[in-house]
Amino acid sequence: MGSMTVGWWDKARVFVPWLSRRCSAVHRAARAASVLFGGALLMLCVSATPCMSDLAGASADSAIALVTLSGMETTATPSRFFREERLNALLLFTFFAGAILAYIGLAKKGAPLFIRKIAGLDAVDEAVGRATEMGRKVLYIPGIMSVDNIQTVASMSILGYVAERTAAYGTQLEVPNKDPLVLATAREVVKEAYMKAGRPDYFQEDMVNYVTYDQFAYTAAIQGLMTREKPATNFLIGSFYAESLIMAEAGNAAGAIQVAGTAELAQLPFFVVACDYTLIGEELYAASAYLSREPLILGSIKGQDLVKAALIVLIVVGMVLSSLGIGEFADFFTQE
Amino acid sequence: MKRQIPVLLAFLTGTFVVVAFFVSAPVVVGLNEKLDELLMIVTAFALPLGVVSFLQHHSKKIGRRSIGWRNSIVSVASFAVMASLGIVEPFVSAQGRAVGFNWLFDTVFTPLQATMFSLLAFMIASAAFRAFRVKNLEAAILMISAVIVMLGRVPIGKFVLPPSAALTEWIMNVPNLAAQRGILIGAALGAASMAIRIILGIERPYMGGAGE
Repeated sequence: MGSMTVGWWDKARVFVPWLSRRCSAVHRAARAASVLFGGALLMLCVSATPCMSDLAGASADSAIALVTLSGMETTATPSRFFREERLNALLLFTFFAGAILAYIGLAKKGAPLFIRKIAGLDAVDEAVGRATEMGRKVLYIPGIMSVDNIQTVASMSILGYVAERTAAYGTQLEVPNKDPLVLATAREVVKEAYMKAGRPDYFQEDMVNYVTYDQFAYTAAIQGLMTREKPATNFLIGSFYAESLIMAEAGNAAGAIQVAGTAELAQLPFFVVACDYTLIGEELYAASAYLSREPLILGSIKGQDLVKAALIVLIVVGMVLSSLGIGEFADFFTQE
Repeated sequence: MKRQIPVLLAFLTGTFVVVAFFVSAPVVVGLNEKLDELLMIVTAFALPLGVVSFLQHHSKKIGRRSIGWRNSIVSVASFAVMASLGIVEPFVSAQGRAVGFNWLFDTVFTPLQATMFSLLAFMIASAAFRAFRVKNLEAAILMISAVIVMLGRVPIGKFVLPPSAALTEWIMNVPNLAAQRGILIGAALGAASMAIRIILGIERPYMGGAGE
């Protein structure tokens, strides 16, 4: 009897913590699953994307790592694992990623995708051609922010295309930089473009050079360069602040054809006034799709348009409901 | 492999940052902050690359007597003086202040910065002169709006055009704000779309272009 009691007690001592662990594991897994929904969606699409199929295994590993992390943290802070106030952003992100992936799928099947004309991007060839005819250089300013700024990253895409053109035409290109990380990236981009154009011998490291980390010292250097060397074409594409108009006016005074592009709202009027063509906001991010005509990238632009249409509908619905005194709908999208 | 590793790194870090936006767990938040610190460390390592590029560029200009080579001499000399004083300061005050370095910074560098910034006023004037020439209907609307806003923002405006303050408020808060929000929504969607393309490896601007 004594041995039976000990056996039952021993079993209970093992079973209760085991059950507790299982329950909390299920609980944790359920919450982690909801949090990782967005990430999982991205990982799913990885296996559907040919260029990333070889990375699918690694994605699964990263998913496991993330679940492990989630588990650790739900134990520590069970009430605040997921930022509920950002549920609106998660829903929009999921819809956004879904729309982009759907259109990428359509693009892969060969569906024709229309993208409207963007004058500033059509002018790139003309601008480089003008510099070639005049025998002067093309100046490319990638903005003043580092590579963690998405506008700088978008600028690198356009720089790649411009460098391919200058390599094909044998035109001199100069890319002065403010940030050392942008210098390293821009140099790699230009080098790759010259190789792609079949003119690696034309590439010189000095084409992509470093000026200074100070905003106005950089501006002074660019202004001086534009005034002294009078480049035929200036590209001012990326993230700009107070220096935008000083540079654009200097280029205008030097008689250069100027193509600008930024998503900084306060600087857009300056570029519109002082430059021949301006890429406004989203046009800057669409540049890579427009210039490369890659179906996969074009698909993502179409997905973006679908979300824009959905947002217009949401704004109108929110406006109507708020006017009728039902504020919860608008509140859900404006929280955080 | 040379191409796959950067794509894998972009995918893992990109996905992690997206997840970290929605998660408040200290481990995830901490790792996210570590990524920011990592960027600063990488920038610090990249700075010598910039210094080498700067010296090479100007040495070549001076050697070839290219346009503006005298300015290159000033640039290299300024760099040498400031860097030397920053590393070894011969003039140190009783409070331990680097006198030489700070004197150059306060009396040369800061006024030069202010001079460059003040140029903006003249640039705005010349750009406005060009923009406000009435060549078509749009330019006329732009000029009229600009005149009203300028009058609404200065004390004398209420004497010249009494309703200028109210009109300015309406122009800035209704048509101007609506256009700004439209651009902002488009730009935000464009940025998010580009981020997704980069995370998925469809676009690889950091490697010189689109994916295969």
